[in-house]
Amino acid sequence: MAEFPGNFRYASTHEWALLEDEGTVKVGISDHAQEALGDVVYVEMPELGQMVEAGGEAGVVESVKAASDIFAPVTGEIVEINDQLEDAPEKVNESPFGDGWFFRIKPNDPSELNQLLDAAAYAEVCASE
Amino acid sequence: MGHRTALFSKHLEADAKIVDFGGWDMPLHYGSQIEEHHQVRSHAGMFDVSHMTVVDIQGEDAKPFMRKLLANDVGRLKKPGKALYSAMLNEEGMVLDDLIVYLVEDGYRVVVNCATRAKDLAWMEMQARNFNLKLTERTELAMIAVQGPEAIDCVKQVVSQAKAETVSQLEPFQGLSCESWFIARTGYTGEQGLEIILPVAAAERFWDCLLAVGVKPIGLGARDTLRLEAGMNLYGSDMDESVTPLESNMAFSVARKPLDRDFIGRSAMEDLGVRSRLVGVVMESRGVLRSHQKVYQGDLEAGEITSGIYSPTLGYAIALARISSDFDESAADQLSVAIRNKKLPVRMVTPPFVRDGKKVFKERTQE
Repeated sequence: MAEFPGNFRYASTHEWALLEDEGTVKVGISDHAQEALGDVVYVEMPELGQMVEAGGEAGVVESVKAASDIFAPVTGEIVEINDQLEDAPEKVNESPFGDGWFFRIKPNDPSELNQLLDAAAYAEVCASE
Repeated sequence: MGHRTALFSKHLEADAKIVDFGGWDMPLHYGSQIEEHHQVRSHAGMFDVSHMTVVDIQGEDAKPFMRKLLANDVGRLKKPGKALYSAMLNEEGMVLDDLIVYLVEDGYRVVVNCATRAKDLAWMEMQARNFNLKLTERTELAMIAVQGPEAIDCVKQVVSQAKAETVSQLEPFQGLSCESWFIARTGYTGEQGLEIILPVAAAERFWDCLLAVGVKPIGLGARDTLRLEAGMNLYGSDMDESVTPLESNMAFSVARKPLDRDFIGRSAMEDLGVRSRLVGVVMESRGVLRSHQKVYQGDLEAGEITSGIYSPTLGYAIALARISSDFDESAADQLSVAIRNKKLPVRMVTPPFVRDGKKVFKERTQE
């Protein structure tokens, strides 16, 4: 069974977002998403400094099964990307909420996170798929 | 719910992700398809292939019938148990299916694809009308492939002494019966290994015995990446009823001699010529080749990917592509594949890509 940790917010497109103490938002894909994708083989990241919009494309994750767009859960600037995924994309499968994170966004408006789903609502979205 | 093989509960025990495959509930993977791929390349893995269709052809006309039915010539099979890979063509010379045929004591044993089962059986029965023979589908049998450098040793450890001796005796591409099992040195991975057809009642116990000596279950996902690395076609993706075997990297399996053997589809196939062909493609930049992506030579569309994967052994994407025969091979270094609106450079190569765990493909431009 997929995990839905309660301290994360979720987009219906299967990204998670976590507001950090520094005010940045860390982004990855959910356990449900990595399970559905199967083994991840590449992650195409946004550029550092790139502006992304909530719901807009911010990268691509390629698995053995398919290529899927990654959408930014909030609007803001990409301030860090997870370089480790270049050589170890399997971390997305092994630890989707931990070492398998994708990038950090400096959000224009942190309250945008409130528009995302909480764990219970996101679990319902997954169950209805 | 789809059809289930005799090993369905074993797949559930091993936490398989089950998917529909041609009407069968089959394991896609048991956790990680890439780990399963490496397991077969470096040790040994087992595949439940009981969904495949086994047909026995017996009777005095079995040989003339098979020489008519198949593009390859069973007349070439001299030694008991020896096998051939062949296409079965329709009257228009197009590929109805690909199959393995074994010469057995009282005729031939054929293994065809599961998705084409009904079509194949109907075709064979129709063609058999003027021959004195019997076609028998063997649904009471299960089939397990054990593949990898350690596969044959593992099987010998867990079977009876008589079966172990049969295994030792087998040449590559030969299958022999022993104590109601049919054991063949064939496979779909490019590794050493066996394909074993056995009574349904014996399947679970054999599976458990193999597990106990370290053979791991392998799903359909790794089966696909292993076969593509080995340069083997998949019916329905790489060839179908729109192409001839000569257009599908299968010319080696078409027996043109003797010239007077009039197999079904022969004259149509030869009249048609070669309109397109299947080639190997590799892409070392980041990304994954997938079926139906377009292949370009400069700005011209040259063809389409028919099967594409990330190759776990090589660490980059490989594919088979169907390329128009008017493609200019001297410009093979200007090929690209369109992936999400970008054209990424690819190289044309001659498959197989991997054999016995090692990179083996040849650059076409160096030939």
